[in-house]
Amino acid sequence: MKRASKKLDYGKYGYFFILPFFVVFLVFQIYPMFYTINLSFTDLAGLADKYSYVGLSNYKLLWNNVMFRKSIGNTFIIWIVNFVPQILAALFFGAAFTAVSGKLKGIGFFKVVFYMPNIITAASVAVMFSSLFIYPYGPIDQILRKAGILPYSFQFMRSETWSRLIISFIQFWMWFGPTTILFITGILSINTSLYEAARVDGATPTQMFFRITLPLLKPIMIYILVTSVVGGLQMFDIPFLYAGGGPNYSTQTLAVFIYNQAFTGQNNYNIAAAGSVYLLIMAIILSLFIYRVLNRKDRDEEQETARTSRRLGKRRSAK
Amino acid sequence: MKTARLVLLYVICIFFVLLCLFPFWMLFVNATRSTVQIQQGVAFFPSVHFLDNYNGLMKNGFMLYRAFFNSLFVSLSSTVIAIYFSALTAFGFFAYNFKFKKALFNIILLIIMLPGQLGMIGFYQFMLQIGLTDSYIPLIVPAVASAGTVFFLTQYLRSSFPLELVEATRIDGAHEFMIFNRIVLPIMSPALATMAIFGVVGSWNSYVMPLILISSKDKYTMPMLIQLLKTNIYATDYGAMFLGLFFTMLPLIIIYLLLSKYIIRGVAMGGIKE
Repeated sequence: MKRASKKLDYGKYGYFFILPFFVVFLVFQIYPMFYTINLSFTDLAGLADKYSYVGLSNYKLLWNNVMFRKSIGNTFIIWIVNFVPQILAALFFGAAFTAVSGKLKGIGFFKVVFYMPNIITAASVAVMFSSLFIYPYGPIDQILRKAGILPYSFQFMRSETWSRLIISFIQFWMWFGPTTILFITGILSINTSLYEAARVDGATPTQMFFRITLPLLKPIMIYILVTSVVGGLQMFDIPFLYAGGGPNYSTQTLAVFIYNQAFTGQNNYNIAAAGSVYLLIMAIILSLFIYRVLNRKDRDEEQETARTSRRLGKRRSAK
Repeated sequence: MKTARLVLLYVICIFFVLLCLFPFWMLFVNATRSTVQIQQGVAFFPSVHFLDNYNGLMKNGFMLYRAFFNSLFVSLSSTVIAIYFSALTAFGFFAYNFKFKKALFNIILLIIMLPGQLGMIGFYQFMLQIGLTDSYIPLIVPAVASAGTVFFLTQYLRSSFPLELVEATRIDGAHEFMIFNRIVLPIMSPALATMAIFGVVGSWNSYVMPLILISSKDKYTMPMLIQLLKTNIYATDYGAMFLGLFFTMLPLIIIYLLLSKYIIRGVAMGGIKE
């Protein structure tokens, strides 16, 4: 009792401790966000610093804009082609590293190397890859020709398909390491008695992976999916610096589109602001969707795992 | 059978190791080769033209050292600010009970999920109005509100901080902020160090914000310098271009070689938060 009242006395200090955070948060994050939303209803463009309200016309304009739609399509294509192999590779290494720990030497080294691409400036990585594929003296091109795979120099940067593929690959290359480490942590945090019980019951490693590991990784899966989708929607550095959105706007992502609208040519801040709001709406919808879908399954399977473990528990105590 | 699987796993791992390191190695090799050599064909081992490329790079106004110190200044100051104020906020949430505490903490959780670029246009216009474009202030001060760091540190405090210690110090009549600075901060230092690494790397690597805010060339940060390598000046001097790229990566490679253990551990800890 005494302790509780003492805490209450000091409680007001809590506000002082968290005050700087919330002041800066309001000024530098919340205000700019609402200001962006505000600007999306105006005609602010070019060198003007005054604006008037134009209702939803920016939104309508973007809705019917081919380039805007294409940028959304580009973003999703590049994201999916990066994400599917990324999650598969990370799951594979996560499962493999935790299953054979002790037997496989150098897991620490592999983790360090796999994570390394993520630490390097994305801007540098983008230009590095574009220089590896540069026409006609890029090392990749030279190797492929030397190996006889390419009969002549190939203009990777001119091909829409290859540009998208390479950007997806760069994203994969940068992110499979961190995702692997998250999965390893997730798998290691699963109660080992579950596996022991399953083994006693004669489950194969494959069964254990799909029946125990995968369902129990759901929370981490949700986290990875949501952060990857939200991050993917904002993908900027790599597509912008790898090919500048080209060729033929095939790698112009949503974020690159917004940037180009606001900071090049006409300075269409109003259009860029409306694009940002569309981005926010998509981020919210997709996050909620992922959360709902995976969480519902989660509940079903949690019940099942609970049932299974109860059964197992009974059997074990009977032994 | 089991050995065969282990061997296969090794092969796959080594393939991915090569995949991760190959681009860096090719970059390094080409940074030491002359443009003529690069045009003649591919090589897998370094040559001797490092200094020529260095001179070619510097001759064309690649302000490497300037940008390095600019980036160092921005990332160190924003990290110090982020660490101190995040620790302050985390401790506020951890050690005190006040009205709306839960709601305010939930706001922090929400911010972590919010797309960071969302307010970019408004942020830029706002800075334009108060005359802070082409200044480092908008790159540094927002670090006070680092939601992810606050969350991480709050979890850290909950798992390991002895609150009795604070109460014992109070009896000696110490002021709350003094207690925080003298006693709480040192105890938190392992977690602060982890967050500091991520803070420095994150700030160092950030590209969009400096790109839209900074206009004078002598204020360029390292990632901004990279775009110079894509301009026409270097379109003919491949060796210099590769070397410039190599230099922009070098500080991070060194940091990673020294601190990879803590970085990997930090990433793993971030995963536990779910």
